Amino acid sequence: MSLKDKLDELQQRGLAEIKKSNDLKDVNQVRVSLLGKKGPITEVLRGMRDLNADERPKVGAFANKVRDELTAALEQRREELERAVLNARLAKEAIDVTLPGTPVAKGEPHVIQQIIDQIEDLFLGMGYQVLNGPEVEEDKYNFEMMNLPKNHPARDMQDTFYITKEILMRTQTSPMQARTLEKHDFSQGPLKMISPGVVYRRDTDDPTHSHQFHQVEGLVIDKHVTMADLKGTLQVLAHELFGDKFDVRLRPSYFPFTEPSVEADITCFNCGGKGCGVCKNTGWIEVLGAGMVHPNVLKMAGVDPDVYGGFAFGVGPDRFAMLKYGVDDIRNFYLNDVRFLKQFTKKG
Amino acid sequence: MKISYNWINEYLDLNVSPADLAEKIERTSVEVDGVTQPSAGLKKIVVGHVLSVEMHPDSDHLHICQIDVGEDEPLQIVCGAPNIAKDQNVIVALPGSRIAGNVKIKKSKMRGVPSAGMVCALQEIGFSEDVVPKEYVDGIYVLPADATPGDEVYDYLGMNDSLIDLDVTPNRGDMLSLNGTLHDLAAIYDQPVELDQPNVKESGAAIDSELTLHVDADLAPQYRMRLVKQVKIAPSPMWLQIRLWNAGYRPINNVVDITNYIMLKYGQPLHAFDYDKFDGQDVYVRTATAGEPLTTLDEGEHELTDQDIVIADSNRPIGLAGVMGGLDAAITNQTKTVAIEAAVFEHDHIRKAAQRHNLHTDASQRFERGVNQAGVQDALDAAAQLMNELADGAVQTGTAVGSDNEPEPAVITISMGHINAVLGTDLTQAQVIHILQSLEFTVMAEGDTLTVTVPVRRNDIHIPADLLEEVARIYGYDELPTTLPTGRMTMGTLTTAQKLMRATRHSLEGLGLNQAISYALTTEDKAKMFTMQASEITKLAWPMSVDHAVLRMNVITGLLDDIAYNTARKVKDVALYEQGRVFYREDGNDRPSEEEHIAGVITGTLMPAGWNQPAQAVDFFQMKGIVEAYLQDMAVNGDVSFVANSEMPEMHPGRTADVLVHGHRIGFIGQVHPSIAKQFKIGATYVFELNLQAIIDMPKQENQYDLISRYPAITRDIAMLVSDETTNEEIMALIDKRGGAYLQSVKLFDVYDGVKVPKGKKSLAYTLTYQDKQGTLVDDKVNQAFDKVTQRLEDDLDAEIR
Ligand SMILES: [Zn+2]
Repeated sequence: MSLKDKLDELQQRGLAEIKKSNDLKDVNQVRVSLLGKKGPITEVLRGMRDLNADERPKVGAFANKVRDELTAALEQRREELERAVLNARLAKEAIDVTLPGTPVAKGEPHVIQQIIDQIEDLFLGMGYQVLNGPEVEEDKYNFEMMNLPKNHPARDMQDTFYITKEILMRTQTSPMQARTLEKHDFSQGPLKMISPGVVYRRDTDDPTHSHQFHQVEGLVIDKHVTMADLKGTLQVLAHELFGDKFDVRLRPSYFPFTEPSVEADITCFNCGGKGCGVCKNTGWIEVLGAGMVHPNVLKMAGVDPDVYGGFAFGVGPDRFAMLKYGVDDIRNFYLNDVRFLKQFTKKG
Repeated sequence: MKISYNWINEYLDLNVSPADLAEKIERTSVEVDGVTQPSAGLKKIVVGHVLSVEMHPDSDHLHICQIDVGEDEPLQIVCGAPNIAKDQNVIVALPGSRIAGNVKIKKSKMRGVPSAGMVCALQEIGFSEDVVPKEYVDGIYVLPADATPGDEVYDYLGMNDSLIDLDVTPNRGDMLSLNGTLHDLAAIYDQPVELDQPNVKESGAAIDSELTLHVDADLAPQYRMRLVKQVKIAPSPMWLQIRLWNAGYRPINNVVDITNYIMLKYGQPLHAFDYDKFDGQDVYVRTATAGEPLTTLDEGEHELTDQDIVIADSNRPIGLAGVMGGLDAAITNQTKTVAIEAAVFEHDHIRKAAQRHNLHTDASQRFERGVNQAGVQDALDAAAQLMNELADGAVQTGTAVGSDNEPEPAVITISMGHINAVLGTDLTQAQVIHILQSLEFTVMAEGDTLTVTVPVRRNDIHIPADLLEEVARIYGYDELPTTLPTGRMTMGTLTTAQKLMRATRHSLEGLGLNQAISYALTTEDKAKMFTMQASEITKLAWPMSVDHAVLRMNVITGLLDDIAYNTARKVKDVALYEQGRVFYREDGNDRPSEEEHIAGVITGTLMPAGWNQPAQAVDFFQMKGIVEAYLQDMAVNGDVSFVANSEMPEMHPGRTADVLVHGHRIGFIGQVHPSIAKQFKIGATYVFELNLQAIIDMPKQENQYDLISRYPAITRDIAMLVSDETTNEEIMALIDKRGGAYLQSVKLFDVYDGVKVPKGKKSLAYTLTYQDKQGTLVDDKVNQAFDKVTQRLEDDLDAEIR
């Protein structure tokens, strides 16, 4: 048997053994037995000394080839087996991906806060300041400077929690407007502000009344502010809060601190303006009061009404939230049932 | 005020549906609460003529009636009304009809006798009981004798009219009348309107010989009376009754009905007195003497004050001016001579009297808002004329006048430039003049300037801004352009405080707490709990309920109320925070100061049990972790420390700590005292409350970049036994101080005080991390530093290193 034949046979046998090996240990044993220092290939190579010089390189090359092929086969087999082991492990590790995810503790902003923030951001973007005033106010700022002198019949429209004759829980956030108007330096530019906050009325709590609720009042005073500007501003507000499809209409109304005074309605979100129970078949829903600031309000704050003028508006985030989400009881906002609070978490 | 569509159409040719008219009114003048048609929803309700009435054999109150309903055969209807009688015309609901409340009437049997329909009372076809004439309240209604059997009843009763319910704003007193409404509609629809002029037929003696008025003109700027003799008190004619009940008034008798009718038409409240009940011929308008008694028409008994205006004869008050007449001089069926009063009373007195005596009447409402002071005599004359026509009365010659201060019309100048500048419009002078003239204002133009004379009836118009409103609303708010304010740029940014308050909310939400908004008005007890500083309470003068009577001085109790609300509804895990004000008051000040606070509460667990993890009940350290993370977020510049506080009465004495920043107490954290929790009916609850204003005012750290060392860190663990009194804080402080230059951090990783440590001791274990930012740290250096700190622990804290 020539060396070459021996090598041939060795290769056949080796490949068969590699194929038969079933785990990494087997593969290693086969490797040692075939390619080790005491293995048959080494032995064959050792026999090359007996060959003549012509044959030696040929057989040598052949022997290297056999060794390389066996090595490659061993490597391949090892990878196969490793992959199989890994796959088996991964298969064992499989989980039911439909089991629920681990809960994370996650808090949410109050729905009223969300609306206030939304209004604030809108007006900040239009160059308004946000001013928070005191909740306990003086009669002077809450009423008198709002053109509601002591005996004004419209005071009956707002039942007030008095602490003393002159000190009260603010019934609106507009006292902050009076405070700001008094101080504003118009040489530095127009006054554009909103004042959000809690207000109080002497009401018995029921589904539509709350002794505590929120208001955001806005004020713009400059040399050339028009009622058309008011209309446009309210339209922007309605679009921001409810969506572009909503129209705004103004109706005459009465507030002592504005003249002309208007109430603003928006398209009924429930029926889109066709008329339904929510809008009492009018297609419109009343959402806010507004108007051109009454000259007396300006005068009392030391602003010349012949030079400056502007508009004011007031919106109720509670009412907005009730309308927008169909909340049927205003008390829900202040009882803080977690199941209620967690309903207003959608941010997308 | 409910205004009749048909009545309006007697004066204006509008050619619009009631719904369209209502919408137009709403968009141009005052709010509309609704439009109703009384006959809406009713079906097959006709006039029936009662041919015969027999008693039901098996009943002591049912009648068997044969009723002609205009068909070949009369219907047999069983009727229980006590007042049904032969030859009456009555309201019959035929079989298959619908009456009020959408109730269907079918053929039936009543105690064995077939009954083909129902004879109806007015209430049964939708009338409010308040407007049904008294004699028909407890029985069926009897229609006029000339009604035709078989006709639908609606026109006989004015039920096909449409009623527009105006919600009149306080400034538009003029709209509380037909005439005022007509003036406005005339402008809105750009049509002339012709109102009737009264034409009173006088007879008999001059009134002066029978009546003398003594009037304080400050109380009643106008006060007038007419006398009508020999009146025949009777029910009013149908047309008048219909006008009244459709407007929400019960017809009473011709004289009283006329006063109400004139009020509806002119807006001028009138009062009819029985002249023969006056003591003497003198009538006084004066303030009452304190304590003087008066029984009003509604039989209410009042003790008058010296702020009340009364109408009095020589002896006693006979009416509370502008509010309600007195019972003593009221019109009765025996009245022969009527004194009709038409006046203007000072509105503030009337408003207060109505409030004081809780008598808010249609008269007081109109006087409060102001009546047409140029129309007092007209209203009086129109009433006298009707008493002549409808009650056969003889109107005595002349009017007794006690005061006659009719105001001058307002004259206002306004420029076209101003109008367009404020409204944002391009109106022409002609357009504006046309609008003002359509309101019957007189306009004189001189260049750009308009001089406008406003009729006295529009007492809401005094200044140019009032004219702007008239122009804008008649022109139409829909027609205004839609623009945004231009002018100098302004920056809209939140203040530092506002930004921090927003950051506070976001931080706490990120830490798992939900924002709550609770009531700031609470009970005195709750207001005083959990307070962080001594303060007087601030009470409301007239609270609505004891639950909301005092301003809070803490935020926690509101949140505990919220937990209680949730607990009562079986919601066991509640994690809330609230940002809001507390109100501290110093003795001697009326007004409290306001301080922003932030508070949090957790009961149950923050992380509910899942299939892969058990619920972990909230404890002190979880809450502390939240507060620490929050304060870290707020970047307060200064060491935050927690110092045990066993003194707060509402808190667990062993599980409460003050929160200090740089040594200043800014709040507290801990477990609510179990007895307080029990009082609120809640379980174990952990809370914190911090003075947010203090956090806002504190200096803050800036974010800054710090080199991350590329050299490896070396750690050493140390475990030690120390006495129970030794705190973690003390150990940490010592390690920090004595740890050497390379000590980067110290972390507690184990606390054990179980059976394996001696009594009075506990075991604590820490990991110390060393690192050199400049180079690789060698073990030797670390060992040196570690040995040093170990020694100090042994020496200073008597620690036993394990
Ligand atoms: Zn609708």
